[in-house]
Amino acid sequence: MSRDRTLPILAAAGVALLAAAPLAPQWLVFLLAIALAKGLVVLGLVLLMRTGLVSFGQGLYFGLGAYAAALLAHRAGLTDAALMIAAGTVCAAAVAAILGLLLARYREIFFAMLSLAFSMILYGLLVKSSALGSTDGFNLHAKSFAGIALAAGSERRVFYAVAVLLVFCVAWLLHRYLASHWGRLSAAIRDNELRVEYLGASVYRVVYLNYVAAGALAGMGGALAALAVGHVDPETAYWTTSGEFVFIAILGGTGNVMAPFLSAAIFEGLRTVANQYAPNVWQMSLGLAMLAIIMFLPGGLWTLLRRRSAA
Amino acid sequence: MSVILVAEGLYKSFGAVSAANNINLSFERDTVASLIGANGAGKTTFLNMVTGYLKPDHGSIRCDGRELTLHSPREITGFGICRSFQIPQLFQSLSVRENLLVAEGIAAPMRVEETTDAVLERFGLAQYAARPAGLLPEGVRKLLDVALALVAKPRVLLLDEPTSGVAADEKFGIMDLVMGAVRGAGVTVLFVEHDMDIVSHYAARVVAFYDGRVIADGAPAQVLDDAEVQRYVIGEAPHEAA
Repeated sequence: MSRDRTLPILAAAGVALLAAAPLAPQWLVFLLAIALAKGLVVLGLVLLMRTGLVSFGQGLYFGLGAYAAALLAHRAGLTDAALMIAAGTVCAAAVAAILGLLLARYREIFFAMLSLAFSMILYGLLVKSSALGSTDGFNLHAKSFAGIALAAGSERRVFYAVAVLLVFCVAWLLHRYLASHWGRLSAAIRDNELRVEYLGASVYRVVYLNYVAAGALAGMGGALAALAVGHVDPETAYWTTSGEFVFIAILGGTGNVMAPFLSAAIFEGLRTVANQYAPNVWQMSLGLAMLAIIMFLPGGLWTLLRRRSAA
Repeated sequence: MSVILVAEGLYKSFGAVSAANNINLSFERDTVASLIGANGAGKTTFLNMVTGYLKPDHGSIRCDGRELTLHSPREITGFGICRSFQIPQLFQSLSVRENLLVAEGIAAPMRVEETTDAVLERFGLAQYAARPAGLLPEGVRKLLDVALALVAKPRVLLLDEPTSGVAADEKFGIMDLVMGAVRGAGVTVLFVEHDMDIVSHYAARVVAFYDGRVIADGAPAQVLDDAEVQRYVIGEAPHEAA
């Protein structure tokens, strides 16, 4: 049996990313912060995919997390980044806890379409509500982190470092979870729900818990992305944003908790380059990349790394 | 010996087809009974009603006095009634070991590893431990399916054709392993079977179904000699009196 090296690799990657925080150029810090924030959303999606479910509506929780963080600053005058991240996570988890009661009863296309429908309801509300900034959204600005004032110009690097630390903790916890009985149970549900029920476990309960966890992770990612960008708008809840998360999940695969972050970084890097040099063929190149992944690497890019380490 | 499982006045129809027509049966604790009958006679329907997969149109099923027809399969498993399936219900992408770990984790989360190793050994599955369940030979799949059902230490074990699709020379081996695992544990075993050699060798009691009815019930020799059983179940004409 091969030794599990996820934790040391995760720790080494975390240290390297943290060390890069004061040295990397601003554009790279921004790109990586966005990739880490989106990777968190995709990590939640991977948790659902391990249970056999694909959500085309994670934009709902991404948007909720972003808006909860922004509204806290905008309406309540609370400009502490730690509070904003916590608000985004808790708000998204609370809504997931309510919607999950219904969604955990559905499977396959019905689950995917219902989750999409809920995200589009939020999108519609955001677009129509002038109190929430309508189509323009609004800006947000954090002035401190956990009570410590942020020096002008250092915010992006601080948010990036926070994102690295959060990702490390969440990825480690989720790795432990997936290796535990509950993680195995999720895979068992994907394979055979009938047998799980006949062994005495509640499929509904496991799906519900995974759904709420995925919602909370998406909310955390949304709040982090909002802090990094400094702006929120309804696009965060739009279906193309949800589709992007599914794309990143398939690109990376579900084989390891590090896969979503790797694929999110590749995705954001490719997008940045393509927007600059080939803006008109960017989406076509995405389609071709998806085709190639599905045909040649159905387990995602992570299978390449696994093959290399197995060789 | 006290009665553990009682079915009274069970009826179940699928459109015009009657799969259970006034079934009245009771089973005593720590006994082994076989349910026989041609395809469509109502054996699996009976198991499905006991385990909550199907709700009877009328009638009641009680285990230790507790009504089962009001409960889901999961709750019924919690009452100590477990089953295996005619087509083994496994977690195809998980290894044999992981299949058992899932079952052990549900049944007894505190001592998973040690009991999983013991089950692998007891059922002769240790050599297949790392192999995905979807790649197992049929006989091993059957064994794993039964092992999963036994992990929760049931009081009533229902086996739906545990040896179907298995090579003739493996059938007794599988049944020996299963019966060895439940021996002395006070488990009531009901198994559906088409092989009469298996039935007469392992069952202390045989219940014969035909057209949704019980046409014979008793000791194996008596039931297998019954004229109706010979005609409708075994498919042989009864011996004419000399």
